[in-house]
Amino acid sequence: MALLSVSGVTKRFGGLIANNRVSFEVAEGEILGLIGPNGAGKSTLFEVINGYYPPDGGEIRFQGQSLVGLRPDQVNRVGIGRTFQKVRPFLGMTVIENVMVAAMQHTPDPVTARREAIKFLEFVELAGKRDTNARSLSVGERKRLEMARAMATRPKLLLLDEVTGGVDQRTIPTLLALIGRVRSEQGLTLVVIEHNMRVIMSISDRIVALHLGEVIADGPPAAVVKERRVIDAYLGDAFVVPTGSGG
Amino acid sequence: MASPAVPFDEPRPRRIGERILFVLLLLAIVAYPLVFPLPYYRDLGIKILLYALLAQAWNILAGYCGQISLGHAVFFGVGAYTSSVLQLSAGWSPWVGLAAGMLVAAVFSVLIGYPCFRLRGHYFAIATIAVGEIVHTLAINWEFIGGARGLTLPIQPDSLAAFQFYKSKYIYYYIILALAALCFLITWHLERSRLGYYLRGIREDPVAAQSVGIPITRYKLIAMALSAAFVAAGGSFYAQYLLYIDPDSVFPLALSILICLLVVVGGVGTLWGPLVGAALMIPLSEFTRIQFGGTGSAVDLLIYGGLLTIVAVFQPAGLVGLFRRLRRE
Repeated sequence: MALLSVSGVTKRFGGLIANNRVSFEVAEGEILGLIGPNGAGKSTLFEVINGYYPPDGGEIRFQGQSLVGLRPDQVNRVGIGRTFQKVRPFLGMTVIENVMVAAMQHTPDPVTARREAIKFLEFVELAGKRDTNARSLSVGERKRLEMARAMATRPKLLLLDEVTGGVDQRTIPTLLALIGRVRSEQGLTLVVIEHNMRVIMSISDRIVALHLGEVIADGPPAAVVKERRVIDAYLGDAFVVPTGSGG
Repeated sequence: MASPAVPFDEPRPRRIGERILFVLLLLAIVAYPLVFPLPYYRDLGIKILLYALLAQAWNILAGYCGQISLGHAVFFGVGAYTSSVLQLSAGWSPWVGLAAGMLVAAVFSVLIGYPCFRLRGHYFAIATIAVGEIVHTLAINWEFIGGARGLTLPIQPDSLAAFQFYKSKYIYYYIILALAALCFLITWHLERSRLGYYLRGIREDPVAAQSVGIPITRYKLIAMALSAAFVAAGGSFYAQYLLYIDPDSVFPLALSILICLLVVVGGVGTLWGPLVGAALMIPLSEFTRIQFGGTGSAVDLLIYGGLLTIVAVFQPAGLVGLFRRLRRE
């Protein structure tokens, strides 16, 4: 059974249809890439899954349970963690306090929460900065902090919104390795929104492509990038050449 | 990762100097009315502690949870009126009235908070001003609670049970000290508890707080109720101390703003900020009022406002923030 199943989800903003009967499934242990040009409805879909926007139609199920009508905090408590496209750390708190807030979902005791938080900070390699203020972190570090914070709520599924957005090129390989380890070492399932095609190709087991709010392709990365509709909508003809040799 | 696991460290224990300073401060506060027995100084001490209590209560909601209320006089008035009305119409002890006032204010704050918390930031603050003014106007026109004439409480024999003291007025000082100490103790505990972490998370970023499973509206309401209850306790104390209340003295917008300003000067979201703010600004306002007040020139308000401007421009973290910075350097 799929861990997450999205079926026929529609979200309108006035006359604009941001998501039009979007359906796809995420299997347990999978890394699913979500691609599409700006305005394709990727982030809206995230917000609908997370409970920030109620869908106008359709159904979202997580482990068989419907998520429609749940608030974001309830969605998190059933086992879905997330990061933000524009990072949102708790700026006025230290790095470790950021993660402690999340870890406290499972313990009211600050000392236990602190011990938990250290583990996740070590995992994202930010433990050395635990007592610095979140404000003084670079964008890449903030992205890792958000991942640690989301993981500290002990989700089964992690939704990552543009992990490499605004991050300098040298940092990208570290983040990719980290995403791989989130699955292999923490055993999480991931849905990743990403603009960088090289990134999404290298980490995804499967890719879902959105265009103007609709799913235009769903399959293994190598197959999706060869789809005519994906090339027309997103990649452009220039992309056709390298895929032939690289795969 | 090249380096071994980072050694786990418990939160840093307080320095010995800080502990000594704290004990000395506590002793000074307890000994104050015995060292300065004159009524004027005793009254000043009571005012400082009352405002420190109100400021700390406001700080729980605004400082830790980030919800700026400019209508907290409502809860002060609710506390003052609840204990007074219960005493006058049902003969309830002021102590029971004080507890009842805290409860009524907490419930009332949730009723106000539920719709107002749909608004964010400045809009929430504006809504609380509106609520404050509405309640103020209602109180003026509500005959059952004395309308604009207010309520006069009967003078009773000196006793702890009656909450009235004439021979030894310093007892008022210790009552308000106990109330303020309780509020500070709860805030101290809050800083170290899950509630405190959740409130600070909500203050820093409500959307992110929600994403890690915090039901933000519920926690805002908890902060609001706690805050309102302690402000109401201050209101009941005030009614017993003066034995006369009217809407203009317990519901004014100026009181709501003063509470906020004390915390801003002392340090928003810090444990000692409200005390520092009250200990500095209340005597200052008394002093400038005595020196320059009543002349119609408003020099006292000019000095007061000028000081606030200086703090806002040069030290937005308040005086506690300034101490912290100096200690680090």
